[in-house]
Amino acid sequence: MTPNLAASLYLISGMLFILALRGLSSPETSRQGNLFGVLGMVLAIVVTFLSVDILSNSFVIIICALSIGGAIGAFIAYRISMTAMPQLVAGFHSLVGLAAVLVALSAYYNPEAFDLGKPNNIKIANLVEMSIGASIGAITFTGSIIAFLKLQGIMSGSSIIFKGQHFINLILGIGIACLIFYVTIDQSNFIFWTLIIISFLIGVLLIIPIGGADMPVVISMLNSYSGWAAAGIGFTLENTALIITGALVGSSGAILSYIMCKGMNRSFFNVILGGFGGTNLTSQEKNKDRKPVKSGNAEDAAFLMKNASSVIIVPGYGMAVAQAQHAIREMADNLKRNGVNVTYAVHPVAGRMPGHMNVLLAEANVPYDEVFELENINNDFASTDVAFVIGANDVTNPVAKTDPDSPIYGMPILDVEKSKSVLFVKRSLSPGYAGIDNELFYRDNTLMLFADAKKMTEDIVKKLD
Amino acid sequence: MEIDPFIFRLSIFVLSIFVGYFVVWSVTPSLHTPLMSVTNAISSVIIVGAIVAASGLTSQTGFELSNILGFVAIFLAAINIFGGFLVTQRMLQMYKKKKKEK
Repeated sequence: MTPNLAASLYLISGMLFILALRGLSSPETSRQGNLFGVLGMVLAIVVTFLSVDILSNSFVIIICALSIGGAIGAFIAYRISMTAMPQLVAGFHSLVGLAAVLVALSAYYNPEAFDLGKPNNIKIANLVEMSIGASIGAITFTGSIIAFLKLQGIMSGSSIIFKGQHFINLILGIGIACLIFYVTIDQSNFIFWTLIIISFLIGVLLIIPIGGADMPVVISMLNSYSGWAAAGIGFTLENTALIITGALVGSSGAILSYIMCKGMNRSFFNVILGGFGGTNLTSQEKNKDRKPVKSGNAEDAAFLMKNASSVIIVPGYGMAVAQAQHAIREMADNLKRNGVNVTYAVHPVAGRMPGHMNVLLAEANVPYDEVFELENINNDFASTDVAFVIGANDVTNPVAKTDPDSPIYGMPILDVEKSKSVLFVKRSLSPGYAGIDNELFYRDNTLMLFADAKKMTEDIVKKLD
Repeated sequence: MEIDPFIFRLSIFVLSIFVGYFVVWSVTPSLHTPLMSVTNAISSVIIVGAIVAASGLTSQTGFELSNILGFVAIFLAAINIFGGFLVTQRMLQMYKKKKKEK
């Protein structure tokens, strides 16, 4: 295949990837979009096979690597539970990162295969591109592994902060920039490896200070990084498909990070530089002498909801942990049979990744047109009889609107307190991720249901029958 | 003076960022998780680099380190391609069922 034809076909492959993302603008077109993505990938791989001279013995190994990897991937895709999506995506990001590092290393050792010049005499521009690609890939790799370990619960989800952390990161960042510059002068393997190892290190250091509920930002950010790494390699290989894809994925991840940060009313740097730092002692002490909370049982909740004309269900990460989504759907079906209007309200940062709640509800067969985003449903709380909050906490805390001293002040929240009564399913009164008390617990129209989310919902279903 | 081909690639890159920007903003928030898994799958197009790396033999004596790195990269990218597209398909399938049931 001539290079010009190959380049044109890579361009088509890039266009198919754009259509793949475009398809996701609505659930109806999304499956078609995914098909475009698959076509683009197949096209890119076939074109590559036709443009390189492959000796038969390496061809066999390539096919083996493809099929074993493919089988493992397919197996994971079918077996993974939907609640484990965040760690799966984090795990997949780490693979893209590592693949980028390996391709860059291979190009460094054998630039002739890539038309980049001779070993130790690679063109400067290519050298810079592949160093950047390798460095970002390495950061993506270790960063995603830490994110994976945290989401999987192997590593503590709380933030790990030590003295001088930002200073070390700064030094390492400057070190990477210097090494990329130095590689262009002295193309030794040692320097290239040092660059990669420092990048591995900084990936770890960047992610360990970030706590559980900030994970949506981290995952989106790593998504973005994996794209930029691919684009860097694309420049090195002079491959249009890779450049287009890298840019698409990079901007997609960046936009998602932005949406997540906005959902928490925090700046990107605030999130990246580590957790909700200083504990807000004042607001915690204030709550010491609060009046007692009202707590109820499944029967009270069933009675309240059965006699309501409208119920809004507000799911949060707790729902995912308890795997309560199926029970919730059952409860909603039951209520609907009783003539109750049931809808769902999803906060942008509910869960551990963008859209986490939506996927879980979709898994439980909740029709997607009953699930609303914050801005589309927030006005409805005032005219709603019951808000059923399950596994969410900080995203409903009215303090975000009233107390300028609160760490979550200014964060957009779901106005559940405006509904006639609030049912709050929670295991205890402990504060949420931000470490602040939710004054909603102490309101007159709030009924606390202390139990595991799934168990409580199942009990309510029984009482409804 | 001739224009460096790098500039053409840079143009593609910058324009693709803009395309990505507008396309991704039009993605409905309820599909943000499938968006992440599909972007993950398509970024595995890095496999084209891995195939070049794996097949670029410099000597007839056997595989070099650069080839072995390529094989491993193909393996990793393949996990991602199959895993990413299939899990996206699985998720999107769940968004379909409901519409019918209603």
